[in-house]
Amino acid sequence: MSFDVPSDRRYLESHEWALETNGTVRVGITDFAQDELGDVVFVELPDEGESVTQEGEFGIVESIKAVSDLYAPVAGEVVAVNEALFDAPELVNGDPFGEGWMLEIDPDDAAELEELLSAAEYEDQIA
Amino acid sequence: MPLQTPPLRGIHDERGAKFTEFGGWDMPVEFDSIRTEHTAVRTEAGIFDVSHMGQIHVTGPDAASLMQRLTSNDVTRLDVGESQYATITDEDGVILDDTVVYRLPDEDGDATYLFVPNAGTDEATHERWIEFRNEWGLDATVDNRTDEYAMFAVQGPAAPELVEDVIDGSVADRSRFEAEYAAIDGVECWTARTGYTGEDGFELIVPWNEAERIWSAFDCQPCGLGARDTLRIEAGFLLAGQEFDPESNPRTPYEAGIGFTVALDTEFVGRDALERIERDGVEEKLVGFQLIDRGVPRHGYDVTNTDDRVVGTVTSGTMSPTLEQAIGLGYVPIEYAEPGTTLRVVVRGQSKKARVEPTPFIDTA
Repeated sequence: MSFDVPSDRRYLESHEWALETNGTVRVGITDFAQDELGDVVFVELPDEGESVTQEGEFGIVESIKAVSDLYAPVAGEVVAVNEALFDAPELVNGDPFGEGWMLEIDPDDAAELEELLSAAEYEDQIA
Repeated sequence: MPLQTPPLRGIHDERGAKFTEFGGWDMPVEFDSIRTEHTAVRTEAGIFDVSHMGQIHVTGPDAASLMQRLTSNDVTRLDVGESQYATITDEDGVILDDTVVYRLPDEDGDATYLFVPNAGTDEATHERWIEFRNEWGLDATVDNRTDEYAMFAVQGPAAPELVEDVIDGSVADRSRFEAEYAAIDGVECWTARTGYTGEDGFELIVPWNEAERIWSAFDCQPCGLGARDTLRIEAGFLLAGQEFDPESNPRTPYEAGIGFTVALDTEFVGRDALERIERDGVEEKLVGFQLIDRGVPRHGYDVTNTDDRVVGTVTSGTMSPTLEQAIGLGYVPIEYAEPGTTLRVVVRGQSKKARVEPTPFIDTA
C-alpha cells in the first residue's frame, strides 16, 4: 500500500503536515495517518486566538476505533480553524492534504519549519 | 509467544486487510473501513473470519452430565441440531467465559456437544473440563479441536439467501440457534443460524484445510474484528475481557444482564451462589448509554453521576455507525440503571452528559 506524501510541505513524526502559504502555516494529518485511524468521526480543535507550542498537543482526532492526539508542527497563534470538519469529519479521510486541513497558525518563528521532516524523510519513516 | 494465525491470513493480507492481535491470534481487523463493513452487514451481508474462536468437542456416556455441570444453561433442553447461549461460571457465580453450546448428532449412541470458547481461552477451558471430569469420575471424551477448524460468520439480512445458494439442502426453515452438518461446495461444515451482530445469519465451522473453499464460496463484503465490535455493541452483546473478566472485572450473569443463561433448576458450578444473588438482587448492572455531548466513550473511562462522583466504568464504547451517535456499555449501581437516567462520562478529562438507553440500541433480527 502506498500513501500520498506531497513534496510541497514538511512533516512531523507524529503524522501531521505543515504547509507555509503567505506567512501562515496550514496544518493537517497525513494520508498514512487517516488510513491508520480509519473512519474519522470527531475532531476537536482549539479556538482562533489560542496559542500552540511546537510539538505541543492542539487537539484530538477520533475515529470509530481509536482516538489520537494532534501535535502542532510550529509554535504560534491559531488564526483559522477548519470548522467544516465539525460537520464533516470524513473530509479528513477523503482529502487529508486539502479540504481535510485543520488549523492555520501564525508562526512565532517560521524557521521552525526547517526542523521538520522533509517529504522524503517522512516517506522513509512510514515505509 | 508467537501469535496463532488463521488459515486464510495470506488471503486476507492480499485482499488488503489490516491485522490486530486478539486473544493470541493475528486476526483481520479491517478490510475496507469499519463503516463500510458495518453498513454492509446491517443492510445486506458480510463475512467474518472468526477462526480465533475455540472448538471443544465432548462425547461419551456422561457428556451431557459434564456439560450440564460446567455450563449455566440447561443442556438437557437441547435436541440434536439445537444450540444455546451459556456461561461458564466459578463457585462464586463469576463468569469465566461465555459460549454457545451446540448439540451435534449422537456419536456411538451418546449425546455429543461442541462448544465455542472465546479466543485464547480454549486451552484453559479444555483443562477445566478434563479436571472436573476426572474429579467427578465421569465417562466423557473432551477434545480441543480449535486447530482443526476455521470458523466464519455470514451475517446480515441477505445472509440466509447467500447460504441457501451454496449449501447442499435448504436453510429456509432453519430457526435461530438451529444447526446441522451440511455440505458447502462439497465440504461438510457445521452450519448454525447463530451470530454476534444482531442480524440474521449463519456461523460455519469448517475444516481448517478447506477454509479457502468455503470463504470464497461467499460473494459479499469481507469484514474484520473492528466492524464485529461496533455491530455487537449496537446489539448490546458482551465481549469477554471487557464486559466480564474473571480477574479485572468479575461479574455474574445477573449483573451482565444475561440471567436468561442461568438454569437454576440444574446443578452446575456456581449455581448455589447464583441462586442467592438471584434472590437478593444485584447492586450493579450493565447498562447501555448514549453520549448527549460531543465525544466518544471508550473502554476504561469513568462514569459519574450528575454530582461528578464516580459510580462506574465504561466497558465498551464507540461511535455507532448505524445511529451516528456515540454509545457505550458500562456497569453502574442499580439506582442509575433505569433508561432515561442522566449520567456523565469523563472523556479525556472532560465530563460529558450521557443518558441510559435500553439495549439493544438497534432493532435486532
